[in-house]
Amino acid sequence: MFETLGERLEGALSRIRGKTRLTQADVDEALGEIRRALLEADVNIGVVNLISERVGAAAVGAMTSPSLTPGQQVVKAVHNELIDVLGQETYRIRFASTPPTVLLLAGLQGSGKTTAAAKLALLLRRQGRSPYLVAADLARPGAVRQLEILGAQAGVPVFSEPSTPVEVATKGVAEARRLARDVVIIDTAGRLAIDDALMDEVSQIQKATQAHLRFLVIDAMIGQDAVVTARAFDERLELSAVILTKLDGDARGGAALSVKEVVGKPIAFASVGEKLEDFEPFYPDRMASRILGMGDVLSLIERAQDTMDEDVAKKGADRLRSGHFDLEDFLEQLRQVRRMGPLKGVLSMLPGVPKELKNQEIDEAEISRIEAIVSSMTKAERKNPSIIDVSRRARIAAGSGTTSLQVNTLLKQFRDMNKMMRQMGVGPPSATRSRAKSKRKKRR
Amino acid sequence: MESLLIVVVLFVILGFGLALVRTRSNATRRELHGRDAPVLDGTDAGLHQPADEASSRWRDDGTPESEAVLADEPAPPTAKEEEPKTAKVQEPEILSTPPTSISSSLSRSRGPFASLFSRLRSDAGVDPEEWTRLEETLILSDMGPTLAGEIVTELKRQLGKSPSAEALRGALVALLESKFCEGPRQLQFSPNAKPSVVLVVGVNGTGKTTTIGKVASLLMREGRSVMIAAGDTFRAAATEQVGVWASLTGVEVVSGQPGADPASVIFDTIEHARAVGSDVVLCDTAGRLQTKTNLMEELKKIRRVAAKSSGEVTEVLLVIDATTGQNGLRQAEVFHGAAEVTGIVLTKLDGSAKGGVALAIESEFGLPIKLVGLGEGLNDLAPFDPKAFVAALVGEETDV
Repeated sequence: MFETLGERLEGALSRIRGKTRLTQADVDEALGEIRRALLEADVNIGVVNLISERVGAAAVGAMTSPSLTPGQQVVKAVHNELIDVLGQETYRIRFASTPPTVLLLAGLQGSGKTTAAAKLALLLRRQGRSPYLVAADLARPGAVRQLEILGAQAGVPVFSEPSTPVEVATKGVAEARRLARDVVIIDTAGRLAIDDALMDEVSQIQKATQAHLRFLVIDAMIGQDAVVTARAFDERLELSAVILTKLDGDARGGAALSVKEVVGKPIAFASVGEKLEDFEPFYPDRMASRILGMGDVLSLIERAQDTMDEDVAKKGADRLRSGHFDLEDFLEQLRQVRRMGPLKGVLSMLPGVPKELKNQEIDEAEISRIEAIVSSMTKAERKNPSIIDVSRRARIAAGSGTTSLQVNTLLKQFRDMNKMMRQMGVGPPSATRSRAKSKRKKRR
Repeated sequence: MESLLIVVVLFVILGFGLALVRTRSNATRRELHGRDAPVLDGTDAGLHQPADEASSRWRDDGTPESEAVLADEPAPPTAKEEEPKTAKVQEPEILSTPPTSISSSLSRSRGPFASLFSRLRSDAGVDPEEWTRLEETLILSDMGPTLAGEIVTELKRQLGKSPSAEALRGALVALLESKFCEGPRQLQFSPNAKPSVVLVVGVNGTGKTTTIGKVASLLMREGRSVMIAAGDTFRAAATEQVGVWASLTGVEVVSGQPGADPASVIFDTIEHARAVGSDVVLCDTAGRLQTKTNLMEELKKIRRVAAKSSGEVTEVLLVIDATTGQNGLRQAEVFHGAAEVTGIVLTKLDGSAKGGVALAIESEFGLPIKLVGLGEGLNDLAPFDPKAFVAALVGEETDV
C-alpha cells in the first residue's frame, strides 16, 4: 500500500535529473515526499517537521550531486539523520550494585507488557542472571495467570498474591531479596496516560519499590499518540528506556523515532515474535531502514539463519551450479524458503528487488499447490521426471488434488528453468548475474 | 505458474546470494560505523546533549497542540476514578461503571481542534499557516497524510483560500461526516432459527477479549441468549480471561484445551449453541499480526468452518485499537481479505488517541465502525455515531 520513500523520491526527482539549477519547487517537492514517508510511518508530526528541517540542507546537497540516483542519495541523507535521532548505541541494562535490580514495566493496555516481562526474564536468565517476575497487574482478568504460565515457560519464578498492586510489588521485591534473586521484573496493569488515578498508582508502585529502571512498553503500531503517552509516563516515572513490541508486524514503527526525539529515552529492546525467545536488543540502523521502508537486509539474514539449514541451502546452490538440480532439490529448497514466512514478505525485505517483482501478487495457494504436486511424486520421479508417463501423471494429479494438465505445466516449467539455470551455471557463479537474468526471464 | 519462477528467483538469491548479502551488509555496517566513529569519539555528554536539546526545542516551538492535550486535562470525573484505587483487587469495578458516552470520552481528548479553533476565532480569516496547522491537526488524529491532505484540498476548493473560522468549522464537520460509509452500524443477526455467529478478530492487544465481554453484556441486556467460544487457544490464560468476563455476565463459555484447534472449538460451540437454542455465539480468536501467513490461514479456516456450522456468521468484527497509527489500514486490508470483515470495533477511545485511522479505514475500505470501547467496565461499550465522533473530534459549537 505504501510506496517506499526511495520509490517516491525517484519519481519526484526524475524530472529534475539533468537540470543544472534546482528550483525551490523541486526542493519543496522532495521535502514533501520525505515528510509524507515519515508521516505514513507514524512519526509524530512535530518530530517530522523538525527532521525535515534538519535534513533539508543535506537533501539539497544530495539532489544536486552528479549521481545517477539523486533519490537514493536523499534517502541516504534522511536515513543518516534518523540514525542520529535514534541514537548510536545499543542499550545496556545497568545493574544495581546491591542486588536485586528492580525493573518496572509500564504502558498502555495491550501494548504487550506481560509478554515483554516474560521475554525479558528469559533473556536475562540466559545471560546468567536469576530473574524474578512480579505479577502486579491485578486489573486485567487472567493477567496473573498469564504471567505464571509464561514464567513457567521461561523457567523464571513468579510472585503473585491477591492484594493491591503496590503491595504485590513491594512484597515481590522483598521476596526476591529473600530468595537472593538478582533481578526483579514487575509487570503492571495497562493504563491510559490520561487516567490520573491509575497514573498515581504506578508512581506509587515506583516509590514503594524504588525500581532502578523504569521501562515504557510501546506497541510498534502506535500512531501520533505515542508522544503524549511517552511524555505522560516519563513525567510520572522518569523513564529509563523504552521496549518496542510487535515489531514482527509490518508497522513501520515511527513511534520509536518520536519517543526518542521527544522524551530523549533510548529504545532498549525490541519484541519481534510470538515466541519467548523473540526478544532482542534494539538496533537503530535497522529501525531507520524500516521506518523508510527500505528493506531490512539484516533481519532477512537473521531470519534466514534462524530458519534455514545452511547445508541444505549450500547443497541446493551447488546442485544448481553443477546443473544437477532435480525436483527433489527443488522441493527441499521450496520448503526451506517457505519456512521463512510468506514469500511476499521475504521478497519485500530483499534490497534491490525491482518494483514489478515486489508488487507481484504472490499467491501462496499456488505455491502450496506446487509443493503438493512435487510432494505427490515418488523419489524416483523427482530425481528423473522423464519417467513420468500418463498413468504416473494421473496418480500425481490425484495425490495432489490437481489435474494432469497442472502437473504437466509444472514439469515443463521446471525443465525450462533447469535449462535456463544451466545456461547461467557456465562460468563462475555470480549471484547478481543470475538474479538479473532470472528476473528478466520472469517479466516476459 | 508465474510463482514457480518467483520461487526460483528467491532461492537462487538465497542460495547464492546469502553470502553476497552478508558481505554487503557487513560493508554497510562498516560504513555506518565509519560514519559514526567521530560521533562516538566525542564525550558521553556530547552524545546526550543533542537529544536533550532537541527535546526541549521540540517542546518550545513544536506543536503546541499536543501540549494542549496535556493542559486540557481536567478530565471529567468518572465513577471509575472515584473508587479508591488501593482497594483494587482481582476483578474489581468491571461491573460497576455506568455506560459511558462517546462524546464525554472523546471530548476529554479533543485538545488539538479545540485549540486550533479557539485560535482561529480571534482572526479575521484563515491564513496559509493555519491551513498547515489544520492539516497537522488532522494528521495528529491519525487520519494519515493522504486523507488529511485530501480534506484540506477539498476545503480550500469549497471555501477559497481565506474563509472565516466559522465557515471552516462547518465545512470541516460536514466533510468529515461525509467520509463515513453507508454500511449498517447495528449488529446484524440471523433472521432464521440458526444461532448468529459473531467472530471477533484483530491483532494482538487491541482488546478482543474485553470487547467480547462487553458485547455479551450488551446483548444480554437486549434480552438475547449468548454463548462464548473461547477461540483464543494460543495466548496463555486467554481462556481464563474470557471466563472471568463470562462469569460476570452469566454467559456460558465453551473452551478447548490450550493449543487446541480454534476452528474446532468454535465449531463445537456453535453446535452446542444450536442444540440448547442460544441466539448468538460470540467467538474470541487469538490476536494475530496480519503479516503472519500461517495465522491468517488459520483465520480463514475459522471463517470457513464457522460458515459450515449450523450457525450463520452474521458479523466479523475487526477490533482496532484507537492508538493505532497508519498500520491500521494494513490491518483492515489483510483481515478483510482473509475473513470478510463486516465492521470495526474501535477500542480504547477513552484515551488521548483520537482514532482517526478508523475514519481512514472507513473511507478506504467501506467498513463501518459499529462499536466503540470506552473503558474497562462491562458497560463501557457504545454504538458508533459518526456525527458524535466528528463533533467530539472537532469540538462542540459552543463558546470556547
